[in-house]
Amino acid sequence: MRIAIASGKGGAGKTTLTASLHQSWPRPHVMADTDVEAPNLHLFLHPVMERSIDVALSVPAAVNAACTSCGQCRDICHYGGIARFGNKITLFPDMCHGCGGCFVVCPEHALEEGRRALGTVELGHLADGTLYVSGATRIGEVMTPPLLRRLLAELDLATQGQDVDMLLDSPPGVSCPAITVARRVDAVLLVVDPTPFGLADFRIAFAAFSALHLPLAVVINRAHMPGNEGGEAAVADFCAGHGLPIVGVLPFSREAAHVLAQGEPLVATGSQWQTLFAALAQKILHVFGGAANV
Amino acid sequence: MSDAKQELRELVVISGKGGTGKTSLVAAFAALAQNTVFCDLDVDVPDLHIILRPKPRISSPFMGGNKARVRSADCIRCGQCKDVCRFDAVRDKGTGYEVDEALCEGCGVCVALCPEKAMDFPEARCGEWHISQTRFGPMLHAALAPGQENSGRLVSLLKKEARDLAKKEGYTTILCDGSPGIGCPVISSLAGATVAVIVTEPSLSGRHDLERVAGVCRHFRLPFGLVINRWDLNPEGSAALEAFCRDSGITVFGRIPFDADMLRATAQSLAATELHTQLRDTIVQLWQNICHFRPATSVTLRPYIPAAPLLPDIITSSL
Repeated sequence: MRIAIASGKGGAGKTTLTASLHQSWPRPHVMADTDVEAPNLHLFLHPVMERSIDVALSVPAAVNAACTSCGQCRDICHYGGIARFGNKITLFPDMCHGCGGCFVVCPEHALEEGRRALGTVELGHLADGTLYVSGATRIGEVMTPPLLRRLLAELDLATQGQDVDMLLDSPPGVSCPAITVARRVDAVLLVVDPTPFGLADFRIAFAAFSALHLPLAVVINRAHMPGNEGGEAAVADFCAGHGLPIVGVLPFSREAAHVLAQGEPLVATGSQWQTLFAALAQKILHVFGGAANV
Repeated sequence: MSDAKQELRELVVISGKGGTGKTSLVAAFAALAQNTVFCDLDVDVPDLHIILRPKPRISSPFMGGNKARVRSADCIRCGQCKDVCRFDAVRDKGTGYEVDEALCEGCGVCVALCPEKAMDFPEARCGEWHISQTRFGPMLHAALAPGQENSGRLVSLLKKEARDLAKKEGYTTILCDGSPGIGCPVISSLAGATVAVIVTEPSLSGRHDLERVAGVCRHFRLPFGLVINRWDLNPEGSAALEAFCRDSGITVFGRIPFDADMLRATAQSLAATELHTQLRDTIVQLWQNICHFRPATSVTLRPYIPAAPLLPDIITSSL
């Protein structure tokens, strides 16, 4: 079973929850950090990376002497990547989305293909032998989904023929990166910050992920935070109204915040958290278990 | 509002890591800001409206690009559309071809090349955007339909409208709430900005993401400074972060403690600076520091050395 740990709001606790679930997960599994814009899971799990793959987008890189400036490449480009100034075709490869249309329509084969670096996908293992896959976008790169698709493809390849679960730390929000990941999983675990902002973003996330017809479950994080009394009740009401199972409630703890800030998974700090996450892992498997084999 | 022609300042609050407190801070600044237009650029999951409670004056649909669609009656099942699509958006259903809208990038290549002209390319309505009034000043904001794409284009649209409004009505500052990450919407939100205010927290994750988002600012040669939020949740980490910033010439605008009054204000849909608390005094000082920040352009900025080649030489030489 593949489970994406997602959230509407950033900073809800996806990464720390994912890290702790790894320690408590009772079945063979692999771990993946798909938050390629801000990958942090490695800070908690300390993988040793063994392979790094440079991922690039095929873009038009140069115009050769065969160009007649007919402008067909410019006409098919929807992204402002090609312009004609006077009688000269000028390329803006940073704008390119990699559709390849310009190469196909050029009657003179006058466009030379080049590669724009999107980022890297890395594979490695954790100390306990668990496979770990992650990615990181190049600083300044706009496009995230093609890198993510490659990451997910490498994950498939590395686990081919194996019966293992996958826990994927997802990008925040509900735009292209988060949806790209969600479309490739069996279930989504939504981490909810029970503040007014967290609840508003959770409603949006619920709408976006339920449109994908995936089984969903909720973990409420930082419950009973001082100043936010009543926040959990509002989240619980929403869940009850939409038939969303709440599989766990993690209490706010100043001590926990301090531990996490140093990059320690919570389960490493005490039996109280160990018990909590072990129960949570069982409950997640139970709730999603039936749906996974459909 | 003054008649004097002043340079328009555009502050964008970003973070790299999500949940560091961008929106609460922007709202707190909004209650202090003079002559300012507010802009929520986190169009994916916007929250600033919860505190600013905007009353829309003008609402418009956001048309977010086109999606290809096969007209099956005219399709001769040649499969050309599937062959040319680099986004794996065209599927062979067995009975004909179909475009998966969620995967369609809207490039239109299949539409242009279909020998039977059997494909439509309708423009999709992806959300709504508003010019509104708040108790602190005008506000630009939007709601993207859940799961919709093209957030970068919507961000650019909101920024352009905010500038137009500021110029027309004589506002001197635009204060923008950004989105987490370092991708498309963040880069769009930084385009044309004067200063980026990076809100970070003194955790290992916060520090790691800060380095990436600061890298983006350097990449686009945009001056930036830091706010360290909830600094007292990890005092040692905060001290280390401040030392790091001193050593690398990064401005720290100030730091804010973890304070229940921040959440108390939010729970009442108020900005933290609308309550008379100690927290208010801290934020007032912080806002002063940001307002008085005049970066010595390109002096504090170190050149950014990318980990991967930005573009092959062949590309840069052709530009």
